[in-house]
Amino acid sequence: MMTTREAIRQVAQQLKDELIICTTGYTCREVQACNDRPGNFYMIGSMGLAASMGLGIALAKPQATVVVFDGDGSVLMGLGSLAAIGSLAPQNLVHVVFDNEVFASTGNQPTYSASVHLDALASAAGYRFVRRATTLEETLSAWRHIRSHTGPAFLLVKCRPDLGAPAERVRLEPEAITARFKEAIHASSKS
Amino acid sequence: MVETAEGCLEALKGRGFNFFCGVADSTLASLIEELSRDPVGYVPATREDLAVGMAAGAFLAGRRPAVLMQNSGLGYCLNALTSLNLIYKIPVLLIVGYRGYQGKDAPEHWVMGRHCEALLREVGIPTLVPGSGQVGSAVAQADGIIRAQGIPVALLIRSGVL
Repeated sequence: MMTTREAIRQVAQQLKDELIICTTGYTCREVQACNDRPGNFYMIGSMGLAASMGLGIALAKPQATVVVFDGDGSVLMGLGSLAAIGSLAPQNLVHVVFDNEVFASTGNQPTYSASVHLDALASAAGYRFVRRATTLEETLSAWRHIRSHTGPAFLLVKCRPDLGAPAERVRLEPEAITARFKEAIHASSKS
Repeated sequence: MVETAEGCLEALKGRGFNFFCGVADSTLASLIEELSRDPVGYVPATREDLAVGMAAGAFLAGRRPAVLMQNSGLGYCLNALTSLNLIYKIPVLLIVGYRGYQGKDAPEHWVMGRHCEALLREVGIPTLVPGSGQVGSAVAQADGIIRAQGIPVALLIRSGVL
């Protein structure tokens, strides 16, 4: 099983022109460390809202592909968003959950995803394409399938918590993240 | 003069608001009905903070969002408003049913009814409480603040105003 860092970095390195919303905590920091780009929105607070933000973008910009980098703790916190996404069914939304079964950013306290299967919740909510991956090969294979299927898609990547120091904090000020991301969306609309 | 939900929607659209989501409230039922009939539409959320998140996404994608809710949902939204909207300068118009105004409501609305105006202002969210016939001008005033400052603004709508 990959560590969370390996899993996040492997998927982040597959990104092309997608817009991504990164959930609160280490997820933002890992993505910044491995593939910082204007189309990344680092949501440093408001835990639990990443999928809802992704949904808002996906509804407002149907021609863009929106990827949410979420965690098990934050999905469980904003569980109602699965119902909205499954029901509204934006085809351009990809929800990737890095599931290490803990709140890693606060010291690895357990969530409930060891016993609650988040991919089964996504299926029940109406996501059109759902995959569960436990290895690098399965993750990359699922990613390729997702990008060629109609969404909303849900990819659950089971991983283990990292040992050692986390990546550095998000460097940009929140206002600068907003400005940079809006510009990236604007630029992608023109191309 | 704006007193009907239809007039309120015209005022909102006239000011460029073009993405509406939220959680249902009886005070705003007529406005939600108008929105649902209108091409601009209304997206139901499962909880108020998730609506604020959705609206933030819509803003990043170039829309001008408004979130409808009852003031009982403001508590859920405080973290979203303070750790997302206010620090990222992501504006949203909050259209909030003002339950418990002057204590004349069911017990579950007493405490939030007494404190919601002060609560919003304390965290730095400009808050307007229009009377009958004042909703249109309040929408215009809120829009001015949003355009100038890029922050959330709340309209508290009392029973009977719409």
